[in-house]
Amino acid sequence: MSDAEEHDSALVVLRDVTRSFPGPPEVQALKAVNLRVMPGDYLSIVGPSGSGKSTMLNILGLLDRPSVGEYQLAGASTSELDDDGRARMRALTIGFVFQAFHLMPHRTVLDNVQLPMLYSGVPFAEREPKARAALDRVGLNHRLGFMPAKLSGGERQRVAVARALVSGPQLLLADEPTGNLDRATSDQVMDLFEELNGDGLTLVVITHDSAVARRAGRRVEIADGRLREHA
Amino acid sequence: MIRFRRGSGPRARRDVRGLSTQDLIVESISGVGSRPGRLLITLSGTVLGIAALVVTVGFAQTAAHQIARQFDAAAATQVVVAPAKARTASGNSVATTRLPWDSPERVRRLVGVEDAGLVGPVDLGDLTITAVPVNDPATASATPPALAAASGGLLEAVGARVVTGRTFDSGHDARGDRVAVLGSRAAERLGVTRVDSQPSIFIGGIAYAVIGIVDDMQRRADLKDAVVIPDGAARADFGYSMPEELQVRIAVGVGPQIARQAPIALDPNTPESFEVVAPGGASDLSTGVQTDVNLVFLLLGGIALLAGGIGIANVTLLSVMERTGEIGLRRALGARRRDVAAQFMLESVVLGALGGLIGASVGVFVVVGISALQQWTPVIDLWVVVGAAALGPVVGLAAGALPARRAARIEPVDALRGS
Repeated sequence: MSDAEEHDSALVVLRDVTRSFPGPPEVQALKAVNLRVMPGDYLSIVGPSGSGKSTMLNILGLLDRPSVGEYQLAGASTSELDDDGRARMRALTIGFVFQAFHLMPHRTVLDNVQLPMLYSGVPFAEREPKARAALDRVGLNHRLGFMPAKLSGGERQRVAVARALVSGPQLLLADEPTGNLDRATSDQVMDLFEELNGDGLTLVVITHDSAVARRAGRRVEIADGRLREHA
Repeated sequence: MIRFRRGSGPRARRDVRGLSTQDLIVESISGVGSRPGRLLITLSGTVLGIAALVVTVGFAQTAAHQIARQFDAAAATQVVVAPAKARTASGNSVATTRLPWDSPERVRRLVGVEDAGLVGPVDLGDLTITAVPVNDPATASATPPALAAASGGLLEAVGARVVTGRTFDSGHDARGDRVAVLGSRAAERLGVTRVDSQPSIFIGGIAYAVIGIVDDMQRRADLKDAVVIPDGAARADFGYSMPEELQVRIAVGVGPQIARQAPIALDPNTPESFEVVAPGGASDLSTGVQTDVNLVFLLLGGIALLAGGIGIANVTLLSVMERTGEIGLRRALGARRRDVAAQFMLESVVLGALGGLIGASVGVFVVVGISALQQWTPVIDLWVVVGAAALGPVVGLAAGALPARRAARIEPVDALRGS
């Protein structure tokens, strides 16, 4: 496949992306980053604290904008999108898994998983069946009516994964998904990610844990705002 | 089964227009109802404000009603019947009929009439009224008191209080007895202070025995300045020919009925030839008192409501800060700024509406309860209750504006990092 063909079919393309934060002193969290993620990739971005991992996730997740450079997601240039357009693209294209789970504590597991569908245009009647299917996919169909506080850490993260999957995203972004989990539970979550990737989901996992990073098919190291890909 | 799209191109577009109205309502109600503790605290401000408004206006109306009832007692029991007037070619006003001399007897037969009497001014011409028989040309001339002719029962009908002596009756009237009753100020001017020595006054030189002094005639205050003599004597001595009006004292509440029946009782053939002034529904006095009292209490209620609104705004602002993580999550999942703003705004409106409904109910309950304890008649307009309940969502809307704006401005990155 030529570079041009590969570029056209890439799900994520970062071209010379720099993200600066005005100071003083001015900080460049990302420095002329180039990255291409193909559909079906399982990519980990690993790096120590302060290396620019979170900034990278925010850019990829359309939660932040590059200061310089271009970001193409699913064939569309994101720099041309206004605030509503970015929200719409997040709703339709991206699923998020956060380190702190970010479940709504006063809603049941089923309600939490239905939440993204409010914003992604899924008709009301289809939401509950889809949420049940997502929870079934992560092995939690016996916890539908539970409140998050009644779940273990691993279960909460699996609810968060189900929530990320429920709208059928093209890209799943995971920010330190095992950061709050013990090793055994982390392995279960990573096993789930592998299964989802096997089903065709594109994953980008950002982590400081090299063991977690090694589970990915592709590994990129980030240090001082620059990316270096492992062979 | 969850399906993921492998391609890299834009996905088939779903109709994504942000939160639908149905979702917005469901989310807002869920947001309000998911934290019962905070709901109670937030509601308490609005409930107190709205309840205070209803209670203050309710008590204002109840109190005004009580006050007006006292003031209205005189006006509510007086009916005045007079011959209708017509204008002559020269522009003068003349009576079109006469009140029959037996008018008091005719209207006394009506249910609800307690007393009735005829009254009218007597034209003295150049004649004077004095307390002594000799007219001393050396003394400074003074305007004599007015002379009025009345039938027996008139002084009772106008609510006269006898200061001393007595009033005349239908017997004096029928016989044409030369007796006089003095209004308190007329007695003062004539120097008559007591009647036990049977003093006389001289009306155009004719002696009249003073049999009493009266005061407090609320319905005909001008009689305080008059010398009142029986119709019979006035007709015989001064050519008195036509009573001016018929004063009727009635029971409370029968005004409209007497107004209809009295002219028929006086002249069944031409009842329209009489003009009747009778108490109707709410009096101007009552309305005036209510307006004044309402103003004061509305001011107090408004202050209470303002405090309630500030309470909602504070708690909603606090809620925005507390729910920063949730706001960040919703934004990350695809919520637009306006979706977040609309949700917080609607939550505030729902809170206000709940507070309005509960507050209005509590207010009515308090007004009715306390009125029952005090044995008052609770008076509260329906519009006060409905208006106060409707004010709740308006307060919620106003109080939610700033917090909603603040929520919409939260950046998802900051919100997620902060939480």
